Formats: sequence, structure tokens, C-alpha cells
Amino acid sequence: MSLDAPAPTVTVNGRSVETAGMSPVLRLSDVLREALGLTGTKIGCDAGDCGACTVLIDGEAACACLTPLGQVIGRNVTTVEALCTAGTARLQSSFLRNGAAQCGICTPGMLMAAAALLERTVRPDRAEVEEALSGVLCRCTGYAKIVDAVCDWLEEAPEPEPPESGASVGAAVPRLDGRPKVDATEAFGADILPVDALLVRAIRSPHPHAAFAFGDLAAWAQAKSGVRLVLTAADIPGLNRFGVIPPFADQPALAQSVARFRGEAVALVVGEPCALNHAELADFPVRWHPRPPVHDPQHAAEAPALHATRPDNLLVTGRVRTGDARSALTGAAHVVDGSMQTAFVEHAYIEPEAGAAWLEGETLVIRACTQAPIMDRDDTAAILGLPAERVRILPAAAGGGFGAKLDVSLQPLIGLAALRTGRPCRMVYTRRESMQSTTKRHPGQMTARIGADAQGRLVGMVFDGVFDTGAYASWGPTVANRVPVHASGPYRIGAYRAEARAVHTTNPVAGAFRGFGVPQAALLQETLFDKLAEACGMDRLAFRRANALSDGDSTATGQRLFGVGIGACLDALKPHWQRALADAAAANARPGVRRHGVGIACCWYGCGNTSLPNPSTIRLGLTGEGVLTLHQGATDIGQGANTVITQICADALGLPVTAFSLIGPDTALTPDCGKTSASRQTFVTGRAAAEAGAALRAEILRRANAGEDGVLDLTAGRLTVRDAQGVRPVALDGPPDLRGYAISAEATYDPPTTPLDENGQGVPYAVYGYGAQMAELAVDTGLGTVKVTRITAAHDLGRVINPQLAEGQIEGGIAQGLGLALMEEYVPGRTENLHDYLIPTFGDMPQIRSILIEVPDPEGPFGAKGLGEHVLIPTAPAILNAIRHATGAEIDRVPALPHRVMAALQDAERRGKVPR
Amino acid sequence: MRYARPTTLNDALELRASTPGITVLCGGTDLYPATERPALSGPVLDISAVEGMRGVTQTADGLRIGAATSWSTLGAGDLPPSCSALQQAAREVGAVQIQNAGTLGGNLCTASPAADGVPPLLVLEAEVELCSTRGTRRFPLGGFLTGARRTALAPDEILSAVHLPNRALAGQSVFTKLGARRYLVISIAMVAARLELEDARVRSAALAVGACSAVAQRLPRVEAALIGAAPAEAAGRIRSDAVAAALSPIDDVRGTAEYRTQAAAELLRRAVAKLCQAAPGTQPRVTAA
Repeated sequence: MSLDAPAPTVTVNGRSVETAGMSPVLRLSDVLREALGLTGTKIGCDAGDCGACTVLIDGEAACACLTPLGQVIGRNVTTVEALCTAGTARLQSSFLRNGAAQCGICTPGMLMAAAALLERTVRPDRAEVEEALSGVLCRCTGYAKIVDAVCDWLEEAPEPEPPESGASVGAAVPRLDGRPKVDATEAFGADILPVDALLVRAIRSPHPHAAFAFGDLAAWAQAKSGVRLVLTAADIPGLNRFGVIPPFADQPALAQSVARFRGEAVALVVGEPCALNHAELADFPVRWHPRPPVHDPQHAAEAPALHATRPDNLLVTGRVRTGDARSALTGAAHVVDGSMQTAFVEHAYIEPEAGAAWLEGETLVIRACTQAPIMDRDDTAAILGLPAERVRILPAAAGGGFGAKLDVSLQPLIGLAALRTGRPCRMVYTRRESMQSTTKRHPGQMTARIGADAQGRLVGMVFDGVFDTGAYASWGPTVANRVPVHASGPYRIGAYRAEARAVHTTNPVAGAFRGFGVPQAALLQETLFDKLAEACGMDRLAFRRANALSDGDSTATGQRLFGVGIGACLDALKPHWQRALADAAAANARPGVRRHGVGIACCWYGCGNTSLPNPSTIRLGLTGEGVLTLHQGATDIGQGANTVITQICADALGLPVTAFSLIGPDTALTPDCGKTSASRQTFVTGRAAAEAGAALRAEILRRANAGEDGVLDLTAGRLTVRDAQGVRPVALDGPPDLRGYAISAEATYDPPTTPLDENGQGVPYAVYGYGAQMAELAVDTGLGTVKVTRITAAHDLGRVINPQLAEGQIEGGIAQGLGLALMEEYVPGRTENLHDYLIPTFGDMPQIRSILIEVPDPEGPFGAKGLGEHVLIPTAPAILNAIRHATGAEIDRVPALPHRVMAALQDAERRGKVPR
Repeated sequence: MRYARPTTLNDALELRASTPGITVLCGGTDLYPATERPALSGPVLDISAVEGMRGVTQTADGLRIGAATSWSTLGAGDLPPSCSALQQAAREVGAVQIQNAGTLGGNLCTASPAADGVPPLLVLEAEVELCSTRGTRRFPLGGFLTGARRTALAPDEILSAVHLPNRALAGQSVFTKLGARRYLVISIAMVAARLELEDARVRSAALAVGACSAVAQRLPRVEAALIGAAPAEAAGRIRSDAVAAALSPIDDVRGTAEYRTQAAAELLRRAVAKLCQAAPGTQPRVTAA
């Protein structure tokens, strides 16, 4: 016996494939994607932790990333590409129909795991589906709709009828961009494979803080097989500095002489893909000189400044002050105080950052995952010393974002490599790289005191928070400014003083993560409200209802609000609340280690930038051939902007969504719709879409000389208007307008806000959304484990544009809120993978009931408000409140891992706080 | 080419002996996560096709489980009730993809302190069969695992099988895994318990705790305290201090040492109570110590 290669053929999707020349210890996933071009199989972790690469080997589910090619020789491998032609194609339709795919990156893995199950069990129940699919992680959906889709796969449901003209808003239109997600043809960043592309890999700091110096880079590159070029900060032609808020831009694309966090890129290695991808780069010539790290933001002021212009390592302080909070608390009948500590939270999208860059003439084209194409363009152009118009950002499908794909990651790196080599360059982050180098949720260390009068009316609140913004600014200023505005919750508080400081450390860069600090602040405020309600002798829901903002009330920033839906949300929960309290009491009447509890928490969240312009522009045109084209520049990261914006535009125009062709996002073709963040796309871009639709409609009616009630029809490229005078065609064969269309319209909307003064007074947001959630759970008092059984979520959307997508946002947000509450804690150097960093799996999700409330907003399109971030804010505090209700245990640090719950239980025992 | 996938144990052993430092590959579920590159490096000996290394067979002195037996095979096998803990553990390792690929032998050779397979095997008094061109030796599992990610496997040896002696195949067993989420989770603590009941008394007890010391431990003192107990009182005889004395847990991102000790005792009480519940005419009580 010798070390020989085995007989080298494998059957892939029924086709015999020669593997001669391939290493038998290659990961099967690499063979499928790189050698066979079967990019439907996704890579999320290369460690068997996420299941995105699930394929069938002789009918059994396996992670292709863990399977050596040598072990599938002579066997049958089935990938997602084969499902489209098999009988299971209806499974894919069921995924689309049920809204089971949001960003779509986990969908192939889910489909394959389901296919293995359905092979054995044609009609599985929900438990069987959860068990069989439990090896695949999803970060968007909260899993319920995936289970629905698998259980529902045999239904011969006809394709849902698209809504008629004027009936799009409010209809559960399946996502318009959904088909490529369920048939796995969607091109994510790692699926962009330009011919003849070079590969780019980064050298990153293993230290949280270190000076460094390079050795002989040229000699190393020369000697290293496959390496063409090494690039460092010295090679950056423009300003080596980026940042999402230009006045605070401070982050180098490649660090120059000092690395300020573990995982910071210091150099790029560019080379031939095969050789470079296999190469170990441990011999890269760099010498590290570690410096003392700064880990604790509370002591960061004592450390040398990480940025010369920021003494005490203080980035920004945000404040809101109204009335005299201290006096109000002194005079209050009941006062509670407390603290809360939260951890770094990782976005854990299943798609690590990836993309490709190439030159088209003078233009550098970058196709990568992103939430903010125009910001990517501007940052990348500045770093590369190019005028903005020479950079074109053509977003790849984003396999999840949740805030971390707002900042540039690899865009300037692959752009630099493409400029320098003249060849297409691609880069795919490993899971570890993605977790180390991209932004996190800000850890917060917060304290607050809140007081109420004898009738249970809030009279004063003082809040103080320190937020660890890490090595660079990113969205730290936003967090510091958003938190004081929101830390009151959606309540009337007469006197209020809140301060939040974003502080630099040598920890990971903290940036945007669904809620910008508001979920952290709500954890403290909402848990203190439970104590305050108790002190006032009031039911916890009634206490919140009594203090809830209502129309005409002023916020702590002095803004008068209208269209306030928090009261309606609480009212909608009331019957569920009473039922749940009775259920918990009945369950607790039985002895046992499991104690049952119910918790409630509310949220509010301002949609759009805080007191800063954030316009969106939508263009809409009809070609001479009668093609209706929507230039939709809002990136759809799975939340549904492509569908929702089209629905809004459709009704404003008066044609069905099926009449639309979508273009974009693409910085060369779509006007700026801003970034997908701050729950702004439905509101801001939606409003622009409504106005563009209305403008195009007005122009069509004018040309047809028809009145406001004219009914549009676009059939087979022929546009007509019908009114009382009859049906008239609208000519489209005239000379094209300046935008190249027969008829077109463009509209820009920027929410009316005002700056906040030194006391935080002003109008930071034009629109707020509201919500309230109720958690039911059981605590195992012997082990400190928590099982959340049900969450009832009432959210005020102003106007529901698409109920299925809205439910998807709620379910997914709750999953992330549950993770924040119970399991997620990023520790640099320790949890840089998806088995040490835990996100919820199929088995961790409660039953979720969504209640969609519509209190129209005067400003939003069709009355609509944002939803995307609101949904996770109440979840974690509702869970903590339910734990306290069940056991008396007060959690002041999340995640509430079993050992922390156990310690809190023992503390409650000592304090005599355990309910009997 | 630096890869071989022999079909006979002798060929595998020859390669293992003649190629110093060769990486032994079977299910791949531990080796591939340890690299970020598209392929394993160095010479690789893939033992997944070796005949006789998969499946469970009856022998004169007990059961023999081939080291390359996958968790799925183990979980679905027709095994006596004493092996329930092992089968439950098999169904808790990772998720179905990992269970289809990962093997019992790989779990033991990786020797993670949190290896799910170890506590159930300890209560079954498992022995490992280690083969080399020099011959075959058997080793008690507890002695084979010498530390966190350390074993007594010699550089020329292959772990070929696990033997479960007849004396330990009596009674019933149960496995409980404690983690911060339901699936795909590394244990904070886990326990396996095997009890033999006779005439409404505990005749023998075997208890093991994992993830609470560098190597999972049996708890002889705690076991001894259970002998002779009536089913209803057995769980109550598990003293927290005796459990703590047998363990040496650490603080890590999953939990504190203090918590692990408490949780281990609680899990053991529940495991024993559950096994006693199966005994006829008994109503066990679980009391906190």
C-alpha cells in the first residue's frame, strides 16, 4: 500500500465528474464551488457550525466543508442545483410562498437538509423538521417560516395572484426578488468569480494593540509560490482613512505602523488563487511589538489616547436634558435604580464578507456585499485617490447585514489590488476574519434612576451610559446620540437627563447593529420599569399604558408627536397578558423546578438619521417599448426593500407590481437611496417612491388629458388611461427625455428634522415606530436555564405594506433579541467562530405571534413607519422581566447565561425575593 | 500524492508506522475546522474505508464498536438499555450533518474535555483497542485520555475499536447535556448515569461527568453512596460536596467553575431520578442538596 490517489470519479447531480489532479483532501465544498462552478452550495464557516454547505452524499445530509473529496469518490453527491429539476422543486416554491428566505444565504443548506428529511418522511411534523434542519443556522428569519415551508411543501398551492392596481400596499406579495434565493442562483459576494481573477488575502494583527514593522516584503513575495504582490499602507494612493460619519473618519484601510485591535488588517497578499488560497502565511515578514491594551472603557481615560485628537479616549458624548430630573426624583413617591451591562454582540450573518473588483476602462467596479453602496463608493474612492465617478459599486446579494455591512470592509482592499495589478481581484473573508475585523454591537455599562408619583406617573429619570466603541469611531457618535433620545422609552417623563459616552478601547470596532444602542438602553429602562410598577403597586402593563406617549405629547427632546401607536400596541397585548399571567400562575401552582413567568417591554425608535439629512431619490421611467423601470437604489439585505418599495410605488402610480422592472442598486444606474439602516428604507425611500410614482402618474394623466380618477393600464407595452370619457392610449414613441425615457419622474425625500441643541432639544426624527412584546418562559431553577415558550409581539407599522415581510422582520428580530438576552457574547480571541459564539438555533425559538397595528404616521408613505430595528428592542428586556416574574432573579448583565441566572437566583433567595 | 485510503487495517497500520507525523482522518469533523485552508496539509491517512472499523458487533465478552462508527449509526443502532446514554449522546453531537460524518473513535482521539461520547463510555467501563504493527493492546478509556486533547495513543497506533464489557452492559443508562442553546452546542456540563436496580434497591451505579475537568470523570465515591438506596431516595444521596471533590472545572465563556460543579450535581440527581422512575412502584423525589 502506498500513498496513491483513489480512482478519481464522483457523481455530482447525476453527472460523473473526473477528479484527477485534485487533492483528495480538498474540502468537497471547494471542489463544488471552485472546480465545478456549483456556487449554490454556500460557505459560512468552514467548520460545520452553520450548515450552509449542506449537500447530500448518497442521500444523507453532510457538510461539504468537512468532507474530503477522497471520501466521495464513487459516491453520489447532490447539491441544491439538482433540486430545481427534481420533484422537490415544489419545496423551493413553498419557501418562496411562505417567506422562508430573507437574505437567502442559508436557503440552500436549509433546502438540502429538508430534502434529506423528505426523502424518508414525506409529511413531517414541526418537531421532525426542526430536528432535521437543526444543523443549519439562519440569522434572518427566526426559523418559523422555514418550518412552515417544509411542512407545507406538498400543498398544491397556486402561485398567489398578484394584487391588482391600487391594491399592492397591504398585500402579502411574495418577495419580488425571491426566486433566485430559493433556486440558489442568487450571486452573493463569494459567488462573483471574474475570469482570471487574482485572490487577495489579508495579514491581520494577532494583538489588540501593537506597533509593527515589516521585513523584506519583496523578497518574501518573490520566494512565496503564487504570490504576485504585497500591499501595505504605503501603497494606498489616497487618504488612508475611512468612516461612516465623515467628520469622525479615522479608520485606516490598512493600518500604518500601529494596529489598534485584534484582527486589524496591516497588509494584503495578492496572488494566483489556487496557490495563494492553499498557502500558509504564518511566515509573512512582520514583527509585532505589543503595547498595553485598553479593554475597559471605564478606565480608558487613564490610558494613552488611541487617537491624538480625542483626549481621554472619549469619542462623543450625547445628552438630552429637560426639566430638573434630580429634583423630580427627590420629590418622587417611588424611586428605583439599577445598572445593566451588555456584551459585544456579533452580527453573525451567515455570509462572511466577500466580493470582487475589476476595471472597466477607467472605472473601478466593485461587486461585494454591502448595505450602503454610495458610502462604499465615496470611502473607497477617497482611499484610492480616485474621483467618485470612477468607482462603481454594484452590490452583490448581501447574505445578511444587520448593520455591519454599512462600513466598508474589503471594498478598498480589493479595489487597491485591482488598481495595482490591472486584473480582477477577489477576496473572501474566513469566518474568523469576518468576526475579528468587522463591527460589533456596542457593549454598554449603564446606570439609571427612575421615579414615579403616588399615582404611578413617571416624574423623573436619570440615565448614564458608557459605550465601548472600540478602536475606531464607526457609528459610535450615532450610538452616543441615539441612546439619550431613546433611553426614556416611549413614555412621558416630565424631567429627564440622559447622557451616553462613546469611549475608545483596543477592543473590536463597535458600530451599527440593529438598534444603535437603543436595545441596550431599553434593557435597563424596561427592567427598572418592572420594579417601579411593583413599587407603585400597579400591574406592569397598566403602568406602561398609563405612562405611554400619546398624540400631542412631547418627547424628552421637546418634539411633539402624532401618530403614536404605543398605546394601541399595549392595548392589543392586554388580553394576551391576562391569559399569560393566569397560565403562569396555574403552572406555578404545581411544584417543580420549572418556574413560569411573563414579561413585557416596549420600544420606540426614530426612523432615519439622527438630526442629519438622509435623503433618498427614486427614479421611475417608461421606455418607448412600454417597459416600466424602477431605479431602486435601496439595498435589500433580506428585509424586503425591493418588494416593499415597489409596492408603494405601484399604488402611488396606479399600476400593479407585476408591471415593474427593477434596476439596481448600482451607483452607476440608481440615484442615491442612502444606506439600509436606521429602519429608514420603507419610510424614507418609500416616501420618495410614493412621490415618484405620483409624479409619473400626474404626467401620464396630463398627457392623456385625464382627471385624477384616471385608471392606468400597461399591457404588452401599451399604456392606456381609462376614465369617464373612455380609454385613451398614451403615446410612448416621442423623443426620449433627459433620463432616456419616454416618460419619467424622479423624486427625492429627506425627512424634516432639526439639529439637537446642547441640551438635546430638537426634532431628531420625523417618524417613530412603536412596539410592545410579551415573553412567556420557564426557568429551570436547578440549572439556571431559560426556555422561552412564546412571544406575542404587537408592532405599530403605521401602515402595513407587506404583512408577510413584516412578520419576517418581527420573527427575525425576536431571534436576535433572544440571542442578546440569553446567549450572545463576543470575546475577542475566544469566540471567533460559530461554535463558541452562539446564536439561536431552530430549537431555541419560541412560538411567535405577531400583531400588526396601524396607527398612520402623518409623514410616512401611506402612513407607514419603519420596523426593522424596533422588533428586537423589546425582546431582551421582556425576557429578563419574565425571568424576574418567574423567580425573583434580577439579571443585570446579559447574556443571561445559565451560570448568571443561577447566581441571580441565589441572590434572590438571599434577599428573600423569590415569589411564593 | 500524500493521501491514502486503505481498506485493510494492516495497510493502514503499515502507513501509520512508515510515515511519521501522518494525519489520521476519519469523519473530518474535527480536522477540517482546525484549518482555514481549502485542504488538509501534510500526508493524510484516511481510515474511513478500513474494513471492520464500522458498526457494532457482539463478542464473547461484550460489544465491540468499530472506531469509525458514525454517531448516526450508533444513535440508530439496536443496543441494550445500558447503552441508552451512549445513544442519546450520539443524537446530541452537533446536528445531523455532524452525526453522519463524525465518529466515535475520532471523538476519543480528539479528546476534548467536552467530548460527548466520553461520559457514556465511562459508565460502560469502555476499553479502547489500540493497534499498531507491533500488535494490539487494550486500555481502559479513563487511562487512554490523559488530559485535555491528550491521549495515550502512540505515534504508530490507530484506535480501532471500543469494547464494552458484559459486566457493564447491565441496567439502564441516561445522558444529559447542558448547553446554552438547544442544538449545535458545546456542553457546559454533561452527565451519564447507569444504574442496576434489584429488589427495589440500587445494586450498582456508574456516574460520569464531562466538561467539568480536563478529562471526563467517573465519581466512585458518589456511586458508592447510592448502593443499596431505594429508588425514591437514590437521587437525594448525591451530595454536592462529593461531586465537587471529583471534579476540577474551569471558568470559561460557557460558564463558571462554581456553576459547573453545582450543575453537575443537579444533572446527576436528575439522571439518577429518571433511571429510578423506570423502576416499578417507585416515586422518586428530587431534592436540592
